[in-house]
Formats: sequence, structure tokens, C-alpha cells
Amino acid sequence: MSAETAVGGGQIAARAAIHPVWVRVTHWINAIAILVMIGSGWQIYNAAPLFPFNFPKSIALGNWLAGALLWHFAAMWLLAINGLVYVTLGIVSGRFRRKLLPISPAQVLADAKAALSFKLSHEDISRYNAVQKLLYVGVILAGIVIVLSGLAIWKPVQLQELTALFGGYDFARYVHFFAMAAIVGFLVVHVALALIVPKSLRAMLTGH
Amino acid sequence: MRQRRIIPGVDPKLLIKDAASLMPDASRRGFLRGAASLGALTLLTGCDIIDGDTAEGVLRKISAFNDGAQAALFSPTKLAPTFPESAITRPFPFNAYYDEDEAPEVDGATYKLEVAGLVDNKKPWTLAELHALPEVSQITRHVCVEGWSAIGSWQGTPLSEFLTRIGADTRAKYVWFKCAEGYSNTIDMPTALHPQTQMTFKYDHKILPRAYGFPMKIRMPTKLGFKNPKYVVAMEVTNTDRGGYWENQGYNWFSGL
Repeated sequence: MSAETAVGGGQIAARAAIHPVWVRVTHWINAIAILVMIGSGWQIYNAAPLFPFNFPKSIALGNWLAGALLWHFAAMWLLAINGLVYVTLGIVSGRFRRKLLPISPAQVLADAKAALSFKLSHEDISRYNAVQKLLYVGVILAGIVIVLSGLAIWKPVQLQELTALFGGYDFARYVHFFAMAAIVGFLVVHVALALIVPKSLRAMLTGH
Repeated sequence: MRQRRIIPGVDPKLLIKDAASLMPDASRRGFLRGAASLGALTLLTGCDIIDGDTAEGVLRKISAFNDGAQAALFSPTKLAPTFPESAITRPFPFNAYYDEDEAPEVDGATYKLEVAGLVDNKKPWTLAELHALPEVSQITRHVCVEGWSAIGSWQGTPLSEFLTRIGADTRAKYVWFKCAEGYSNTIDMPTALHPQTQMTFKYDHKILPRAYGFPMKIRMPTKLGFKNPKYVVAMEVTNTDRGGYWENQGYNWFSGL
């Protein structure tokens, strides 16, 4: 903002994007990949539910177990490769450090209180408040856990050391499920807020 | 739901569930057809952007790519974890696409294992001859494609030793198994030669009961349960992929663990 005032309002094109191209591209690829993974994952879950409920067939992907597995093991490549690019660039470019750190617990509490009383400012969407930082760091970690626990379930012989790290095959299924639940919980809040603050959605599309 | 006859020692809950959940919707030929099939993607875009057959074709190509990726990841020497007797799942679930009372009843007295394809000695094997083969034992985890798992105890002879005994050409790509009820599947040679791949004649040190595949199953702790055929009556060493019952319907061919 200070840079913008210094050079004057006429140079909008030169203004730094809130989200660089690599963030926007990986964000939307991830959006497609994660929806396919969740939808097909629900169908796979239904074949041997961990809890006394099923996901409705109408919101599950693949129509039956084999179809869901085909979707799941196709979209996994998209999710994993895109995720790897995103995390690598996020670390190398310094964006994660700049945007997401540090997170102070006191600030999280203060911002959460402000958000719940609708007093949290969304004036400058290029700067994340402490609650946003916490949620974004949290969902990146959940993403890492879901990929690793997924590998542990997929290859409990070849990658048995990883499976053991997740407490064995059966326990890794629960870890995978709860990582999904965490991501779905994040998505509910994330999508709702993007719709409440439409300029944040615009920034993820156009960069500004 | 109609009353099913349940054999002792088999979990009735799993018995009922297993037959139903693997099966496709009888009313639909392709498993990707219909508005509901594209689920979240349709919701996301608001329209059916992908034609069912096109999507199925692409997904099957990726599944074939995944066969290669899994073959590359497969270690011929890495052993599946083994467990103590106390870890065995009791009762061990019966699992098939039919009820247990519809399972094949093979007569052990007249049974002969047919051996075909790229082998020197195609003499069929009687059950007595098979039982005389050296016995090894394993307690390993059976992982079902549905997601559940169970730990079981199997005894028999290593398939690799049997292949050597019959003079099989182990440079061939596949071993194909045919089962009494018409079930079949094809496995890759590296898995056939894996030290834990077993021609199984006993479960928990007792002759295989009918539910678990009498007179012979092929136990592969490195593959999903459905790749472990029961009631095996013939095997063929071949360079042609003959597919399999579930594989032909869309389940991943390699299905390694």
C-alpha cells in the first residue's frame, strides 16, 4: 500500500499481486483435486464404514467402490504433485514465513473474539489475521497428514515403516478419516468467508 | 433381508456386508454413468462436463499407469509384517461375492490341480501330492479392497518353490489362476516369486475349511484380498494377461500393498 501511494494510483498494473500466479494456479488445481479426493473417499468409506454412518450416495463420487477407487487413485497424483509444488514454492519464496508466521496465541484469541463480534477488519486482504494464519497453517499440515496417512493405507507392506508411524494399518485409516474431517471443516469456513468477503475470491482469481 | 445360513466361526455382520458392498448397481452398466456418478464435480461445475465413457476410459488408463507405478514400488525381497498367534482375528471373516453356503464344494478325493502354459511338467497334482510338499507358515494381515483388514494364519508351500519344481519359465510375465466357481485372476511374476506368496492348504494349522478356499488358495500378503484366489483348480504360466473377475470390472489390476 505504501508503495502504491508512492508511485501514484495510475500504475495499477505494476502493483504487486496479492496472490502471485503460482498461488492462484495451485490453489484452483488443489480445489479440484481435493473435491475429487473427498467425494471418492466418501464412497470408499461407505464400503467399510469406520463409524455407524454412511455418506449419502448423491454426494459421493464414483457410483460404486471400483469407480471411486479409480477416481481416488487418479486424483491422488494431482493432489500430491500440485501440493508438493505449492509447499516447495511457499517455503522457497518465503511466502509461508512472510504471510503465515509468526502466530501468537494471544493474537489468535483477540482476533477470534473480534471475528465473532463482527469487528474484524477485512480492509487489507493481503495481510492475514491471526485466526486466518492458524487455519491456513492448520490446513497445510492436515494436507500433509492426509497424503502421508493415505500412502500408509495404500502401501502397508512396501511403506510399512510409514504405516507403523501412523500406529499400524487400522489406526492409519482413522488418521486419514480425521484429516479429511479437518479439511472439510476448514472448507466450510473457508468457502463461507470467501462468499462473505467477495474481494478475497476476486483476489484468488485475478490476483488483485 | 433374507435369513442367511451362517457357519460357526464366521462373523455374520461381515458375511452379509461383503456380498453387497462390492457389487455394482445392477441397473447401471458403466459405473460412472448418471448424474449422481460425477457427484462433487457435477456440483462444482453445475453441469455434466465429462461424458461417462470418456471419463471411464481416462480413469482406466491412469489405473494402468498405476499398475506400472506399483510394480516399480514392489520390492521382491521386502516381507509383509508378521504377527504373533495372539494377534489373529477370531473369527476370521468369510469374504466373497456370494454367500458362504453358495461357496464351491470341491471333492478332495478327485481334485487335481491343472498346470499349464510355460512349464516343463504339466502333470496334474492330486491333493495328497500337494500336501506332501514342504510346509511353511505365516501370520499376516489380509487387507480387503473395501478397507477392512484381518490377521490370519496360513500354511502351505511357497509358490516360487512349486514353480521351480514344475520347471516354470520364471521369465514369463504372469501366472493365471482359475477357481472352481469361475473366479480367476492374473498376477505378475515378481509377486508369484515373492518369498511369502504361498500355495495354501491349511488355515490356522487345520485343513482349509470350505469358507477359506478348500482345497487350495493362493495367499499373497503383498496384495489386496481379492487378488488371493480360493478354490484354485488350475494355474497357467503365461505372457498373456488374462485379467480377472474383479479386475475386468474396474478394480486395479496390480492391487499391491
